[in-house]
Amino acid sequence: MNKTIVATTSLAGCFGCHMSFLDIDEKILDLIELVEFNKSPINDIKEFTRMCDIGLIEGGCCNNENVHVLRNFRAHCKILVSVGECAIMGGLPALRNAIPLSECMAEAYLHGPSVAGNNENGIMPNDPELPVILDKVYPCHEIVRIDYHLPGCPPRADLIWQALVALVQGDPLKLPYELIKFD
Amino acid sequence: MNQLIAFKIDGKECMGQKGQNIADAARENGIYIPTLCHIQGLKPRGACRICSVRVNGRLMTACTTPIAQGMEVDSKSAEIQNLRKAIIELMFTEGNHFCPSCEQSGQCELQALAYRYQMLVPRFQFQFPHRSVEASHPRLIKDHNRCILCKRCIRAIKDEKGRSIFAFGKRGHHVEINIDTRLSKDMTASEARQASEICPVGAILLKKEEGFKTPIGLRKYDHKAIGSEVENS
Repeated sequence: MNKTIVATTSLAGCFGCHMSFLDIDEKILDLIELVEFNKSPINDIKEFTRMCDIGLIEGGCCNNENVHVLRNFRAHCKILVSVGECAIMGGLPALRNAIPLSECMAEAYLHGPSVAGNNENGIMPNDPELPVILDKVYPCHEIVRIDYHLPGCPPRADLIWQALVALVQGDPLKLPYELIKFD
Repeated sequence: MNQLIAFKIDGKECMGQKGQNIADAARENGIYIPTLCHIQGLKPRGACRICSVRVNGRLMTACTTPIAQGMEVDSKSAEIQNLRKAIIELMFTEGNHFCPSCEQSGQCELQALAYRYQMLVPRFQFQFPHRSVEASHPRLIKDHNRCILCKRCIRAIKDEKGRSIFAFGKRGHHVEINIDTRLSKDMTASEARQASEICPVGAILLKKEEGFKTPIGLRKYDHKAIGSEVENS
């Protein structure tokens, strides 16, 4: 039987959702029977080498590189799943959303306690190689179409596992009360 | 003098006392109608609309509608469920509700309702409004990001002379809850606690040495859905 091809990425996230994914313990042995990973930090494959069945997205979009990666995932994955609060609603990075970007940058590079007095020329990172920060952090579904959402910070390991198994086997996903949490 | 009234909720025969509102009467009959702005004992306000039901075919708020003889209430049709879910989603997108960083997470009624109605993602666009946090009061922190303007604090918290400590300020979509700085100075520890406990979300917090005291797994809504205590009574 052909294995389901899964890709994962962490955009503006903390890798906590990936950690939670690995928290399925010994079921990881069942997982490798069930799926094969393509582009993912889990196996360190950097570029898509084929079309994938399922893409798991952790984190929202805080810069143009995140948007690029997310669009690339949409183009290469039949099903995209937002995993975790950051992908779903921006999460903690989106705490900056109500503050103008110029104020955030000034705090980070000019006036913050760790930089004040050490940046006399008022330099802000501007190398063309660096991703450009967006005006705010966007939930993934405001950038591309997202098929499913798994909330949690991080989503419980069992939720990610059950959702993945349901997707692979084409079963309807049950949502037990204890697994749907926002923190 | 209490006059009993017979009515139906979702086809179930219920009894209540004359003058009682549908939300309170439903609870006494073991049926949970969700409420956020309404809390038993306070004058109903009908602000949040989460208790919307169809009464004899018309959409009404259960907290402000008194029961009547022969009334037929629909509280569980797909339409009502979806309406309530939409209201929860509106609240989540209208304010800044960052559950992972909120001290009230796990004990928040808004979050608990989102769990109950299985909100995985809101259908509306996030607004990310610019709101402030007021920490100038000696005992309380007011976080406007999380406030859902239910007016529970305005209606419930008075000083010993009956004066409101909380009040609405500003207009339109700028409306926010203000705290009277003079009265808040004299608030006792128990009044402050009462204010933080009456808040359904995490908008009124106690200034204290320790936050996040209750571990995940032991919080109010970690294992049991909001309303299950009514349904299982």
